[in-house]
Amino acid sequence: MARVNTEPAATQTRQVTIDNFTFQPAEVTVPVGTKVVWVNHDDVPHNVVETRRAFSSPALDTDERYAHVFGEAGTYAYFCGIHPHMTGRVVVK
Amino acid sequence: MDQTIERDASTDGVDRRGFLKCMAWAGTGMAWTISGGVLSSRLFGEEAPTTARGDFSFVQISDSHIGFAKEPNKDVTGTLRLTIDRINALPTPPELLIHTGDLTHLSKAAEFDTVDQLLRGARVKERFYVPGEHDVFSDDGKAYLDRYGKGTRGAGWHSFDHRGVHFVGLVNVTNLKPGGLGVLGADQLEWLKKDLEGLGSSTPVVVYAHVPLWTVYPKWGWGTEDSEAALALLRRFGSVTVLNGHIHQVLQKTEGNVTFHTGCSTAFPQPQPGMAESPGPIKNVPSERLRTMLGLAQVRYVQTRGMLAVVDSTLE
Repeated sequence: MARVNTEPAATQTRQVTIDNFTFQPAEVTVPVGTKVVWVNHDDVPHNVVETRRAFSSPALDTDERYAHVFGEAGTYAYFCGIHPHMTGRVVVK
Repeated sequence: MDQTIERDASTDGVDRRGFLKCMAWAGTGMAWTISGGVLSSRLFGEEAPTTARGDFSFVQISDSHIGFAKEPNKDVTGTLRLTIDRINALPTPPELLIHTGDLTHLSKAAEFDTVDQLLRGARVKERFYVPGEHDVFSDDGKAYLDRYGKGTRGAGWHSFDHRGVHFVGLVNVTNLKPGGLGVLGADQLEWLKKDLEGLGSSTPVVVYAHVPLWTVYPKWGWGTEDSEAALALLRRFGSVTVLNGHIHQVLQKTEGNVTFHTGCSTAFPQPQPGMAESPGPIKNVPSERLRTMLGLAQVRYVQTRGMLAVVDSTLE
């Protein structure tokens, strides 16, 4: 049976780093239940905003991180709300 | 009105003394003087031009990023304070101050408080603001509008007249789309159309917004996707001056009767378009390099023989 929790427990973790105004890797493909962690290595703040606003992070200063657990399959496009030329994608299968 | 771009090393007003004054690099700002409907500008530290009755001046500063505390500037409050000291020491006191956004680094209340407190020290009659993306990204601009929204529309756009010049402040940092540039949006463009409708074409117009209203470098988001719609409404005017910030360096170009100008940051420099991996702050800048960048930041306008001549000066 499926878990009753609204926030499913992460089965694994995948990291996306932010370096030089770029999400790296720009696209990750992960199984349902994966926790994706974004870490900002830049000297300026960035954030992570899902295009349909399914999730959005506060500003991440240097070395700060934000995590989101992907409980449903789908393609999640996101960008930096401060520097919208920065884009990335999480594909959940 | 014809406009030309001239480069004239003999009259650019740059000498060793001016050069050294400009080394207080982070405190740079630009003073603008309006004379006969034509804008001229000079860097702080130069002698004031002689002014006729009815002339007035205003200052544009930008990108103060209060809250930033990394290389190359761990004291952005100090450099904004220095900028204001320079404004207050200008031989011809400016009547207005326009800040073209990124007042704060993270839109925190304490950062806005610091900006307020410092800018109150500028001895000008009135202050005007437009937000940068750093001022609005965390709460869709609520904190910004709570402070600066009075008398504005939408996300903070506004206009006013001052001594025969029409000023328009536009906001192009909200509703940003992934991969996109700055955006004005249909509502603001409709408002702009109505705002300009009743004006005679001989009215000098000054338009200011945070992100450049011309395409500087789309790869870094340095442009506004629907700026052409705004410029189409402005082209009938004989003198249009567009002032922007965002890119932390002075760039200028003229297109017909429209002069585009981006101002320096009061906090830190950013690379020339495409000259670095990213548009982040230039860190650990050797002073010689810094001087060259400041050279690029120096722009001034002069009026000759009834024509507007634009002299783009560099320090090197």
